[in-house]
Amino acid sequence: MRIRKLLLPGLTGLAVVVSALYFFPREKHADPVSQAAAQNPPISQIWPDHGPSASSPPPAPELVDGSPEARLVGIFHEIEQRNLNRALELTEALLQQHPNYRLAHLIKGDLLLARTRPIENFGAAQGAPAERVADLRAEALKRLQGYREKPAANSVPRYLVQMRPDQRYAVVIDTQRSRLYLYENDLQNGGRPRFVADYYVTQGKLGADKLAEGDKKTPIGVYHVTADLSRQKLPDLYGNGAFPINYPNEWDRRQGRGGSGIWLHGTQSDTFSRPPLASDGCVVLTNQDLDAIRSNLQVGLTPVIISDSIEWLSLDDWAKEREALNQTIETWRADWESRDTARYLNHYSRQFSAGGQNFAQFAEQKRSVNAGKEWIKVRLDNLSVFRNPGKEELIVVTFDQDYRSNNLNNRMKKRQYWVREGGRWKIIYEGAA
Amino acid sequence: MTTLSLFQPRFRTLRAFAFCLSIGFAGPVLADNLPDIQRLIKQGQHAQALEKVDQYLSSRPKDAQGRFLKGLILTELNRPADAIGVFTKLSEDYPELPEPYNNLAVLYAQQKQYDKARTALEMAIRTHPSYAIAYENLGDVYAKLASQAYDKALQLDGANATTQNKLALIRDLVSTSGKGNVRPPVVAAAPAPAPVPAPAPAPVAAAKPTPTATVVATTPGAAAAAPTPVAAAETKRPAPAKAAGNDDVAQAIASWAQAWSQKDMKAYFAAYANSFEPGKGASRKAWEAERSQRIGERPGKISVTYEEPTISVDGNTATARFRQHYKAPGLNSSSWKTLVFVRSGSKWLIQEEKAR
Repeated sequence: MRIRKLLLPGLTGLAVVVSALYFFPREKHADPVSQAAAQNPPISQIWPDHGPSASSPPPAPELVDGSPEARLVGIFHEIEQRNLNRALELTEALLQQHPNYRLAHLIKGDLLLARTRPIENFGAAQGAPAERVADLRAEALKRLQGYREKPAANSVPRYLVQMRPDQRYAVVIDTQRSRLYLYENDLQNGGRPRFVADYYVTQGKLGADKLAEGDKKTPIGVYHVTADLSRQKLPDLYGNGAFPINYPNEWDRRQGRGGSGIWLHGTQSDTFSRPPLASDGCVVLTNQDLDAIRSNLQVGLTPVIISDSIEWLSLDDWAKEREALNQTIETWRADWESRDTARYLNHYSRQFSAGGQNFAQFAEQKRSVNAGKEWIKVRLDNLSVFRNPGKEELIVVTFDQDYRSNNLNNRMKKRQYWVREGGRWKIIYEGAA
Repeated sequence: MTTLSLFQPRFRTLRAFAFCLSIGFAGPVLADNLPDIQRLIKQGQHAQALEKVDQYLSSRPKDAQGRFLKGLILTELNRPADAIGVFTKLSEDYPELPEPYNNLAVLYAQQKQYDKARTALEMAIRTHPSYAIAYENLGDVYAKLASQAYDKALQLDGANATTQNKLALIRDLVSTSGKGNVRPPVVAAAPAPAPVPAPAPAPVAAAKPTPTATVVATTPGAAAAAPTPVAAAETKRPAPAKAAGNDDVAQAIASWAQAWSQKDMKAYFAAYANSFEPGKGASRKAWEAERSQRIGERPGKISVTYEEPTISVDGNTATARFRQHYKAPGLNSSSWKTLVFVRSGSKWLIQEEKAR
């Protein structure tokens, strides 16, 4: 039939595009994450868990339901199978649901153009700004990767050591993968983090590891949601809502990191989705994804941990690490109660500083205070322990502290930063949270 | 205005249908009326033509031919909404006719309603799978839709992009639609008894004139026959070239492509200079033999079209570079071609031919 012939010239070019997008997991060893994973067998076994792998048949395309990723995979599958008509139908269905989905428009353009002439690459529009095509290509790759590679069921992000009982969910973001993972605090299983869902996200134009105001980067660290601005009148840029986080936190300030106003927020109305690198440092979700997670976010509670590349632990290793850290904290508490100032101070780094005191001043104060104590009782409630992503070995410990002694009672919410020094965890900062 | 000039070729197409339908329908009784109306259209007296056609239709309100002409006249009178109304009704009453769909598509495209244009053209092709004009138009509409999709994807300044694409489209239409229209059903064009893999089953072509000359039965045949005058008109247009010296080169390219398309081997070889080197060490004679076999003896229709060439003239030599589209049964290809010409008296002859 003639129409077949009209279509054929376009196929070769498009097929190249697809294989570049579709088979990218084969190139995975090119990226540092996977290289690191390969050197570290326990982690590589956990990550990545290719959902449907490149060699196994892809899932049935979902026409109406399904995440944008699932539907993109369906479209690329049809293109691979040379079913360009079907691919176009699926793309148009996707656009019907998300009329401002630029990536889908680009694919639609390619599929239509392929009917009139051979096309040589993804985003074959004549005179198209290369940067914008590259942005959409990057989004396609990130979304397909996100669809293919889900965390294995028996692995958890290393950072979620312990959540306090009323922290119902935690958000963990992997900036290299442009992915946000939502974990539930599974209290029935001893507070084990349970994977709930994951979403594509946009980060700063210049990537992650924020250092200064205006550097267009997304911070890396342990944060929490500090407000829900969704009911306020927000500029269109923020879409369906915004949840600020507490950047810069105590550790960031100590490291001299600048800037402010880092939010999780939705997407402006003129586009369904933004490229992987596009914000000024905020983490941006599509409006539908923001709506999906918003009820899980608790102001002042929900941890938001941003990593450039998540470290995953098997449940066994995670449980061991958690036990060891809890033990470390418990020893500190007990040593405080013991009124043996030397043992107590042994938990503090020489680099300690907080509240205008350095270690020497802090030690001096503790010695004089302890001299007046006949007994001390310290109780920790609502303990949360999170490992800080990044090169430094750092954990963030937050708890409600109930301090009682013969001459003073005090209740406070305290936050500590512990660093690993000479193989031991030491407190380098503590203060009211 | 660009918009108007863009659609001029399409209107020519519309007119062509007017002729075609008349061939099919002009029964003895109607003979005085329809040709009159067509003549008025041809003379540009659209208001009078409309009056006449309304008269004609008053006694036969269902008549497809009259309604079709009315649609054309309304189009010419720049009353697209009314024209769309006429063609829409016509396509509802005669869903098997491709022409009303095609013309609807042209009108929709004129109003930038490319999705509707696409649907209409797809309907035209569904009813007549070998309908060349609809394919050409559909390709055009796909390109427009692609361009719109890219605009949305890449947040391009739609206005600029559209203007550029429009100019490109004009070339496409001029260079390809004429040739496409000439295409008779493949079966008819291939007298060769050899078992040629004919791509188009074209059952339509086999349809002999049915005893009752109904609208339905005659139109397909008419559709195939009609566009010939258009093609003639189109091929006369040389590819637009600015400099005076370039015109002759452009003409030489046009003749060469035409000779190739028409399998006119004599004219085809005459386009090449005596000094032409076939390349790969082949002799002129061997090359001519090969070309004769590939072109002259090839069953089925060949269409060679090209996009506006870039021509540079340097004394007695000239170089033309253009994108060439070659279509033959079982083979479609597009490639960049460079032709080097030498001047020989008043003619430009091909000395070198390079494809990439």
